[in-house]
Amino acid sequence: MNYVPGTASLIDDIDKKHLVLLRDGRTLIGFLRSIDQFANLVFHQTVERIHVGKKFGDIPRGIFIVRGENVVLLGEIDIDKPCDTVLQQVSIEEILEEQRLQQQTKQETEKVKMQVLKDRGLSIPKADNLDEY
Amino acid sequence: ITYSFIVGKDVVVELKNDLSICGTLHSVDQYLNIKLTDISVTDPEKYPHMLSVKNCFIRGSVVRYVQLPADEVDTQLLQDAARKEAMQQKQ
Repeated sequence: MNYVPGTASLIDDIDKKHLVLLRDGRTLIGFLRSIDQFANLVFHQTVERIHVGKKFGDIPRGIFIVRGENVVLLGEIDIDKPCDTVLQQVSIEEILEEQRLQQQTKQETEKVKMQVLKDRGLSIPKADNLDEY
Repeated sequence: ITYSFIVGKDVVVELKNDLSICGTLHSVDQYLNIKLTDISVTDPEKYPHMLSVKNCFIRGSVVRYVQLPADEVDTQLLQDAARKEAMQQKQ
């Protein structure tokens, strides 16, 4: 990200409301206050949004510094675009419970899948940490 | 090699987390970070939280593929340019 016109710079996104997707699957929404060449980000008035099915819940998080390597995607939130029509906001406790259940079923299916693959002598590396040593 | 020739084209970016995003290529930088405008999630919308996002920045390190329309890219030119660059880097 350098200051040459035509390059993918985040300088124009500063002070705007953004949604950031992290490698661990979390979604943060907040005002982008600072950037650098590694895509390290500083978020203000951050909210962690948890999605389960059609429901979502927001957890206020304050100021967040995100290390660039964990950023998957950063999107500008367009307040004019109609969005929350299909999604239903619920309380934090409820969404955390839903998430716990979702993680549980996911882990169980993953476990079965791993076992089946293991029996055949195969393994699928998780794309998440392919670049790490 | 610069990718300025595909700026403005509609592409589908497939990420390492299996998310596929369709959009118009706005810009690319030296790290192959990508900026897309007018995005939409191509796969069945398992990612509802992108509903109010029109433009996005994708970090180069998380991209698996960038799908380009075959007829909009001169593959011969691209091959020649890439070959020339490989030769230069070898020296």
